[in-house]
Amino acid sequence: MVATATHISDSSCPLIRMEGVEIDFGRQRVLRDIDLTISRGKTLAVIGESGCGKTVLLKTIIGLLRPTRGLVRFDGRNLAELSERELTKQRIRFGFLFQQAALFDSMTIAQNIGFSLRQHTDKRVDEIRYIVLARLAEVGLPENILDKKPAELSGGMRKRVGLARALALEPEIMLYDEPTTGLDPIMSDVINELILSTRRQHPITSIVVTHDMRTAQKVADRVVMLYPLPRLRADEPQIIYDGPSDRIEQAADNRVSQFVRGEARERLMEMRQLNGR
Amino acid sequence: METNPTSDIRDPISASGGPLGAAVDWITDFGGVLIDWLIGLGDIAMFSLRTFGWLLGRLPRKETIIPNFYQIGVLSLPVVALTGTFIGMVLVVQSYVQFRSMHLEAKLGAVINMSLVRELGPVLAATMLAGRVGSAMAAELGTMRVTEQIDALVTMGANPIHYLVVPRFLGCLLLIPALTIMADFMGVAGAFFYAVYLLGIDSHHYLENSRHFVGNFDLFVGVFKSLFFGAAIAIIACYRGFNCNPGAEGVGRAATTAFVYSFVAILLLDLLLGIAMDGIYYAIWPEAPKLF
Repeated sequence: MVATATHISDSSCPLIRMEGVEIDFGRQRVLRDIDLTISRGKTLAVIGESGCGKTVLLKTIIGLLRPTRGLVRFDGRNLAELSERELTKQRIRFGFLFQQAALFDSMTIAQNIGFSLRQHTDKRVDEIRYIVLARLAEVGLPENILDKKPAELSGGMRKRVGLARALALEPEIMLYDEPTTGLDPIMSDVINELILSTRRQHPITSIVVTHDMRTAQKVADRVVMLYPLPRLRADEPQIIYDGPSDRIEQAADNRVSQFVRGEARERLMEMRQLNGR
Repeated sequence: METNPTSDIRDPISASGGPLGAAVDWITDFGGVLIDWLIGLGDIAMFSLRTFGWLLGRLPRKETIIPNFYQIGVLSLPVVALTGTFIGMVLVVQSYVQFRSMHLEAKLGAVINMSLVRELGPVLAATMLAGRVGSAMAAELGTMRVTEQIDALVTMGANPIHYLVVPRFLGCLLLIPALTIMADFMGVAGAFFYAVYLLGIDSHHYLENSRHFVGNFDLFVGVFKSLFFGAAIAIIACYRGFNCNPGAEGVGRAATTAFVYSFVAILLLDLLLGIAMDGIYYAIWPEAPKLF
């Protein structure tokens, strides 16, 4: 078993590069001609309306979905050319926080957090328990939840356990899928702070998919905004904003500023027109 | 605003209507169903091959095997035993009057025990397993699919086939023979109890006819068939769970279709294996004992 994947990193090349990526589900295209680079040590936020393909983008980066066209390079290597074994080695360099945490129902919290350690290391039970406790403390959860099942925890606690589980193998890159969705404002900010503290404590590259502007502006160096394909002309790019997070409010594109300000009136009129009302 | 060109593609002939359009629509629909069916068949074949590949490559850890074996084997025992007992007794009730009218009630043991050991024992054990375990496995894996737990496994570098399917497959494959033997034993015991103690059939003749007519090969046929049933139940249930549609309805449908498809597979396999094993039996023992 390996503790971490062996690899040779070239710090000058971007950690992740997407080149002309398109994803189709049957006859429905979700992503079109996506060109994106993500640099080492940076935090990128991907924003956009629900259904614009943010989660699909995240799952494509980690190889859960294969692009219909185009390619994804991770650390210079084309994911499509990797064997299943090599892809697994690359995947354990990632940590993934799922939208609903995706904790394993049948396992306790301790088993959930220690899962990757049991799978990919030869650590003894007491060593695994030590790491599990450290990760639990890192996300601010008490020790007494270790023997509970995920169903016994609140949504915010599950998210934090999900984060602790994702961090167990000390990943090089963290993918966050809607980390604050469904949480109250205080718990949302707790998660934002955890994303920031994770980055401070570990040399991590992060991609945060969110439709929460507060999260995007607080945690990210750079923001990319995706637009839903059905509402775009064939010649329009799907990425309508790609720039620093602190400059997004001054974006010239009206669609970006509407999203940032959360103005729904024009969007509602457009939806009514589309529905023939 | 102009819409995405891939989102609304209409067929000009079909759109024109009339008999030609209707025929084209019908052929298109039929072709679509056929293609979906073939894709599904290929998909389940690939799923089975990947399962066998992992099974031969590396066995799962005991922490994943033991809970599945307990769930599949130990917890299924009571229901299989109960069903076996009642089926044995019901067979006596149904056959007794007919056999008595011909003064052949002492032959009941031979007929009932042969039916139990070769057919009803394995088929009943498999049906109970498909209902109790197969649909539960499909629902559990389906829930894991829709709540992204299977995706989480992949992102953490675990292969879901190796981690989730192989232990369930092994459980069904290795424990269904034990369940079949339990169903056989309880069926034989239930039938004996009803025939001898409630209907007053002579126990010596009942058992002697059974012993003369039912041999080790019959017991082997039942157990051998059950291996195929167990494999089919596990593959179908896990496949339906892995390919579950989103939402509660998707999970429910996965559980239901897992049972229905497993039941059809059990009956189909039973027929094919029954024909094959009968051929083998009469090829080896052409002078096999006859009931009458």
